[in-house]
Amino acid sequence: MSAELETPDLSDIKIDSVGDFTFPENNVYDAGYGLSEKTIDYICDVKGDPEWIRDFRKKALKVFNEKPMPTHWATKDLENIHFDEFRYYLAGDRKPKKSWDDVPEEVKKTFERLGIPEQERKFLAGVEAQYDSEAAYSNIKAAVAEQGVIFVNSTEGLHKHPEIFKKWFGKVIPTGDNKFSALNSAVFSGGSFIYVPPGVKVKHPLQAYFRINSEQFGQFERTLIIADEGAEVMYMEGCTAPKFDTATLHSAVVELVALKGAKIQYVTVQNWSSNVFNLVTKRGVAHEEAEIRWIDCNIGSRLTMKYPGVVMKGRKARGEVISIALANNGQHQDTGAKMIHAADETTSNVISKSISIGEGRSTYRGLVHIPKHLKGCKNNTECDALLINPKSRTDTYPAISVRGSQHSTQHEASVSQVSAEQIFYLMQRGLSEGEAMSLSVNGFINDLAKEFPMEYSVELKRLIDLEMEGSVG
Amino acid sequence: MSLKIENLQARIGEREILKGLTIEIKPGEVHAIMGPNGSGKSTLSKVLCGHEDYEVTGGSATLDGEDLLSLSIDQRSRAGLFLAFQYPHEIPGVTNANFLRAALKARKPDGEDVDAIAFYRQMYARMDQLEMDRSFTGRNVNEGFSGGEKKRNEILQLMMLEPKYAILDETDSGLDIDALKIVSRGVNAMRSAERGFLVITHYQRLLNYIQPDIVHVLMDGRIVKTGDRSLALKLEEKGYDWVKDEALPAAA
Repeated sequence: MSAELETPDLSDIKIDSVGDFTFPENNVYDAGYGLSEKTIDYICDVKGDPEWIRDFRKKALKVFNEKPMPTHWATKDLENIHFDEFRYYLAGDRKPKKSWDDVPEEVKKTFERLGIPEQERKFLAGVEAQYDSEAAYSNIKAAVAEQGVIFVNSTEGLHKHPEIFKKWFGKVIPTGDNKFSALNSAVFSGGSFIYVPPGVKVKHPLQAYFRINSEQFGQFERTLIIADEGAEVMYMEGCTAPKFDTATLHSAVVELVALKGAKIQYVTVQNWSSNVFNLVTKRGVAHEEAEIRWIDCNIGSRLTMKYPGVVMKGRKARGEVISIALANNGQHQDTGAKMIHAADETTSNVISKSISIGEGRSTYRGLVHIPKHLKGCKNNTECDALLINPKSRTDTYPAISVRGSQHSTQHEASVSQVSAEQIFYLMQRGLSEGEAMSLSVNGFINDLAKEFPMEYSVELKRLIDLEMEGSVG
Repeated sequence: MSLKIENLQARIGEREILKGLTIEIKPGEVHAIMGPNGSGKSTLSKVLCGHEDYEVTGGSATLDGEDLLSLSIDQRSRAGLFLAFQYPHEIPGVTNANFLRAALKARKPDGEDVDAIAFYRQMYARMDQLEMDRSFTGRNVNEGFSGGEKKRNEILQLMMLEPKYAILDETDSGLDIDALKIVSRGVNAMRSAERGFLVITHYQRLLNYIQPDIVHVLMDGRIVKTGDRSLALKLEEKGYDWVKDEALPAAA
């Protein structure tokens, strides 16, 4: 079948953004357009899901249908999502391969173009590469697997490790958390299931890459990461999709559980094309003395709504969100953080920087909750916005509810522009206007970019340079 | 071969500031421009570099025969024009080393990068000449620098970019005598038969350390007097009024 397939030679394609290329669809499994109980039955049958998951999905569908769009606080652009026009499950060969040589040619070429096999060789402990609804490749280095670390896709996690999966699945983010967590709960496919046994510190990052290839498609990966007592793990995810004239939907749910003294760092560099609605729910629970850090970079998409959260459930737990958002023409980055303090002496830190270019719009929404009965909790929130052009826009909606007097919170927000004098200075040294702007923007996020693993911060700089091209003049 | 400014006229908004200014700086020469506040000294430097707040209304400026006024700000820089700013801007989040590398890379053909080892060797040597601590490479450009440190940093950039013509705009302002000596030493190290300097200053003091070949007096947007170094000394002794009386009897 793949022999008949015409795959374009990538070297001949003009690629104006990193992920903007596509291959002809080669689906064996297709749930068709629209979302109903039939869609869910199709997905469950294909995946061989147990009955409790079928029930879980169907209940979620009901919640999804009942919940209104959150347009009373969020953008009306959500009304432009026509759920009937998407396909909810598309897959070729359903079984992820352990060797790139076994991955279908066009899929392999896709991930090679995105640099995944190369990164895997260089610095990763494991990789999962998802193509539309299912992982095409999944592998963990033997040394890491030998320590008892589990790194598989959500279906395999559910089938092979039900005792861990079932205990935590849907517990951090209940189905009814919001309309899109309900949607994901109804049709989820792919995403990672990770379990790190007590005391195991995974030295190198585990990485997942989420690639959308098909038009009028929704990707709904579901990730669940459990770091057992004293364990440590860093997970990185990247995402891209080609740019289609029609909308693409991406709605993930990510749940993290850091048990006593565990540390989870979750790093995202997403670079969606400008037709993607990216509506993602991410939350972690940090038990006693555990730490969860979300390091999040949002580039691209038509609309991103994402507010990673940490529930600090145990004494001295720590939560952190470090986020960079870049909104270009026609894009709206609606991002932020939720910090729920639920035990004494818990500490949270939120640092958010956003850049709005052209008519791009960035919004920060923060929620910090410290109830009255606790003592010794601390929160620090900083959000800085940089506007590149006069029509760029930024809004900040911080909500800090701190009860009781034994806590410390501080909140700082700033809005700035790259001054004409700064650009003059840089250009006097020979940088073009675009280079001057790029350097200034990279400077603005520099202290946060350092938080990303080196390979990702290099990528980040490159993506920003790409976005800044043509932003001035 | 020269930086040739002829009958240059420029304004900011409705205000005429340069009213027909003519100077020619040849490679190897150091010219000083002195003048009272508001005479147009800083305007001249910004107009030559292409600052958008100023509009050129007449005259010409060429760099080795090339029409400077038709080039963009960055093209002028890459053509060999450098301005040591009176008030150097801070660039948050961008280190000195990255800034200099970016400026050098901008001078290379597309895609070609700066040789990192040679770059650092060169930069450290220049910093030693300016008695700058090595830690300055990792600090953000001019952020939290003292006045003297900023001026040294300007001269470091001058030394790294090796322009054909360098304008120093009141480089002496805000410097104590030790810093002035160090900065001047840096500038003097860059004097050569291939490079021209235009030193803009309010005070004669700087010219004790950077000795000019030619001294011009700028008043009300024009060069009203040109002489050798003794002119600067006379200005210091007698102030600007005698020049004004001599040059602008009608305006007096």
